Amino acid sequence: MIFEVFRQEKKGAAFAHAGSVSAPDAVFAEAFAREQYGRRQESEALWIVPRDAVCEVHDFPDELHKTYHRVDGYSLKAKLKEARERAGTAAD
Amino acid sequence: MNEREFVDYVQSGGQVETGDWLPDDYRAKLIKFIEMHGNSELMGVLPEREWILRAPTLQRKLALTAKVQDEVGHSQLIYRVVEDLGKPREQCLADLISGKSKFHNVFHYPTKTWGDVGVIAWLVDAAAIISQKALLKCSYAPYARIMKKICWEESFHILHGRDVILTLMNGTDEQRELVQEALTRWWGPLMQFHGNPIPAEDDPMYVWRIKSQGNEEARQQFLDGYVPQIWELGLTVPDPKLRKNDDGVWEYGEPDWDELKHVVTGHGPKTQERLELRRRMLEQEAWVRSVVLAEAA
Repeated sequence: MIFEVFRQEKKGAAFAHAGSVSAPDAVFAEAFAREQYGRRQESEALWIVPRDAVCEVHDFPDELHKTYHRVDGYSLKAKLKEARERAGTAAD
Repeated sequence: MNEREFVDYVQSGGQVETGDWLPDDYRAKLIKFIEMHGNSELMGVLPEREWILRAPTLQRKLALTAKVQDEVGHSQLIYRVVEDLGKPREQCLADLISGKSKFHNVFHYPTKTWGDVGVIAWLVDAAAIISQKALLKCSYAPYARIMKKICWEESFHILHGRDVILTLMNGTDEQRELVQEALTRWWGPLMQFHGNPIPAEDDPMYVWRIKSQGNEEARQQFLDGYVPQIWELGLTVPDPKLRKNDDGVWEYGEPDWDELKHVVTGHGPKTQERLELRRRMLEQEAWVRSVVLAEAA
């Protein structure tokens, strides 16, 4: 079985994918992952996950171009200029 | 994506993952290259293993044992990458011991003295880390990712090797002579290590951006980094032509390319003996694998 290993480098950091180990079961997977990714105290914690348990997705379509939930959907420059002019606070 | 677009993509710095579409030739070249790297890590521990029982102090014995564990760990990581490309580890090991696949030239030679152990850990690992650092940019991302951990561990090995060499160089005349003899023995294989100087554009491994630098570029980097460190210890490099030109390029006597070819095709002084040891170990430990797999099932 293949187990994917995720490694946290220090407390509070995100777990990042480190690599994979081949092991007959979870007990061996833990032993191998400890040796590969923890024997120099280089990890704070490990997640060891059977590869089959990982759900991988790749496609993130945006057919409707939903810019309203992204920063590039809000162009304030022209509107701000107009508002300042109406308020009489525009820089000369 | 077609093959032409794929080449353009990787040549402009693009990286691919296991599940992506990969041209057949790219996959084949990847497997060949990465498998040879895995083989080299695995065979590379044998010259050093011979010195674990003869290490001069307990500290050195522990350091050498740790280095051997690191290198075997690297081979496991690397074979995992090959497996995901479609070639099982068992097949890699079978091809290794039958002589079908290759491993790096430097691991076909004997380690005659403790001086050889120092030169291997310092200079062979230095030459290797230059190639491996260039693989951090490999177009095949899973391989590039494991290289981070591998380079990190290799950096300890260079320190360990340099420490061994410096200790000997600060010792008796006999110890200093040991280092000089070892350097003289290893210089030829070290100069052959990065391969013949074919232009990068003609090297398929470079065209696919599996490697990110040409052979000669790697060798120049090695000479530039390490020859000054060798010279400052009062050691002599056994190449009367070796010198750095005004333009910064190192000039050197032509490495023995026939020797390189002869050695890596299975005719090195220790090739058969070391493969035989691997063969014996695989047979001897087969019961462990079958017990473990049976218990897990």
